[in-house]
Amino acid sequence: MSGGDAIRPVLTATALTKRFGSFTAVEDVGFTLMPGASLGIVGESGSGKTTTARILVGLERPTSGTVVLDGEPAAGGGARRRRARLIQMIFQDPYGSFDPRQSVARSVEEPLRLHFPGPAADRHRRVAELLDRVGLGPREGAALPRDLSGGQRQRAAIARALAVEPRVLVLDEAVAALDVSVQAQILALLEELRRDTGTAYVFVGHDLAVVRHVTDEVLVMRRGRVVEHGDTERVLRDPHHPYTRLLLDSVPSPGWDPGRPARDRRALDALDTPTPTTGHGEDQCRSSNG
Amino acid sequence: MTVDLTAVRGRSFRARRPWGLWAAVAFLAAAALAGLCAPLVAPQAPGATDLMNSLAPPGTPGHPLGTDSTGRDVLSRVLYGARLSLLAPLGVVLLASLLGITLGLTAARLGGWADIVVSRGMDVVFAFPGLLLAMLVVAVFGPGVVAPVCALAVSYTPFIGRLVRNAAVQEGARPYPEAYRVMGFGGLWVTVRHLLPNIAPMLIAQGTLSFGYALVDLAALSYLGLGVRPPAADWGSMISQSQSAILQGAPWGALVPGLAVLGTVVSLIVVGGHIGGSIVKKGERT
Repeated sequence: MSGGDAIRPVLTATALTKRFGSFTAVEDVGFTLMPGASLGIVGESGSGKTTTARILVGLERPTSGTVVLDGEPAAGGGARRRRARLIQMIFQDPYGSFDPRQSVARSVEEPLRLHFPGPAADRHRRVAELLDRVGLGPREGAALPRDLSGGQRQRAAIARALAVEPRVLVLDEAVAALDVSVQAQILALLEELRRDTGTAYVFVGHDLAVVRHVTDEVLVMRRGRVVEHGDTERVLRDPHHPYTRLLLDSVPSPGWDPGRPARDRRALDALDTPTPTTGHGEDQCRSSNG
Repeated sequence: MTVDLTAVRGRSFRARRPWGLWAAVAFLAAAALAGLCAPLVAPQAPGATDLMNSLAPPGTPGHPLGTDSTGRDVLSRVLYGARLSLLAPLGVVLLASLLGITLGLTAARLGGWADIVVSRGMDVVFAFPGLLLAMLVVAVFGPGVVAPVCALAVSYTPFIGRLVRNAAVQEGARPYPEAYRVMGFGGLWVTVRHLLPNIAPMLIAQGTLSFGYALVDLAALSYLGLGVRPPAADWGSMISQSQSAILQGAPWGALVPGLAVLGTVVSLIVVGGHIGGSIVKKGERT
């Protein structure tokens, strides 16, 4: 991996483990992210995907394992500001992620003031530029978060995250709370921004259709572990692990058989029992960790 | 029909509130103004005695609200008394807020042991009656204004500290403090610049109510002779000095400052309740 700047990974997570007391939320999760790439992390609620995302941005300290951002280990404490320049996050609840008292423009301006000190006029120009980039005008900029729609708030959150020009953007269920049509608009915007800015995405979600649309590579997590990892198209077309199959079969579609997820679940449970009926599945499980 | 109903309900809701609220605000403004402009509007000096006219009833020429047993003009003394009667509780509230906000935010944001130590410490102070603490302090440092104000500020701190702690814990559980941390801001910045302003309306409501209670407590201390020392006067000391005159058929010396205390406290409760109510309404909306 030392072939030059162009192919150096922008984010490397190695053997991340997080325990809360005796509960293990994340165990031995690792991956690399190249500049401009898009990685999906999928799984049910409680699979550890959100905890993984929180470790990446520094909201959670891993029990063991490391996160290397742009070649530098991301430690806590004084390194917070440096880390913020490299990695940003979009939260599931766009309303909650804004200070309700501040106008959208002020919220976007605040990180600019922290990271790029300079004349206020330049900053205001940059705020207008950022808002325009995500399709918000001066009127939305002057509004309070509660006066905007869900889609507009999420656009504002994207503008705020892009203000520091991060190399990586973590999207934690970023479109899950939006209407389907608004979802499509936001996804199109994200795709456009990725093309233009070369920001790499870590897309955490449970909606496989969305993940297929926006990611090149996907990590399937279950009970804190990575059970399958590979090219998104391949994994979703030809899942190797029974759990991935269960997730896929759980999505209703024309000619959908509601009995299939139940059968998949039984197959999965059989896999979890100490006397495995198929050694095959265990193999997949191990080989997919690499 | 439906339109009529909502219109009626809307109007009665809106009409009921501002009436009492404006009366309360007007009373408080008048009291503050009285204290500020006492030298301009008072007919006499507060300490001037007119022994020829002691216990003169209200309406006596030169003494619109009568005089007390030493012939001092009641109106003038009430106007001058507003100064200490209002400034001292203000001092209590400001000092208690300073302490309570610092302790409450520290407990909420640091959590863990800091939270346990601060919260239990506040519980201990909370369990100790404020007036008793003030009396102990006065017994040690002697009567005056400063000692009771400091003692009451300490005993009021847990009221504000607990409120701030709980509100900050609740507010801190929302995603935006974390969003600011991800953006690279430090914990102190997020707490002071974002959390505190968001819980400020609640604090103002609590501060207003505390002001009323502090006024009553300080008046009680003055009444017991543990507060301001003569010849300085506040409403509490006026009440205690005119107590015996009630039996002589001259209740105005105690009644007028008593009504001033009552009116101020009721007004403060009305205003504080309105601020608290509007927070609840806003919370329901979002």
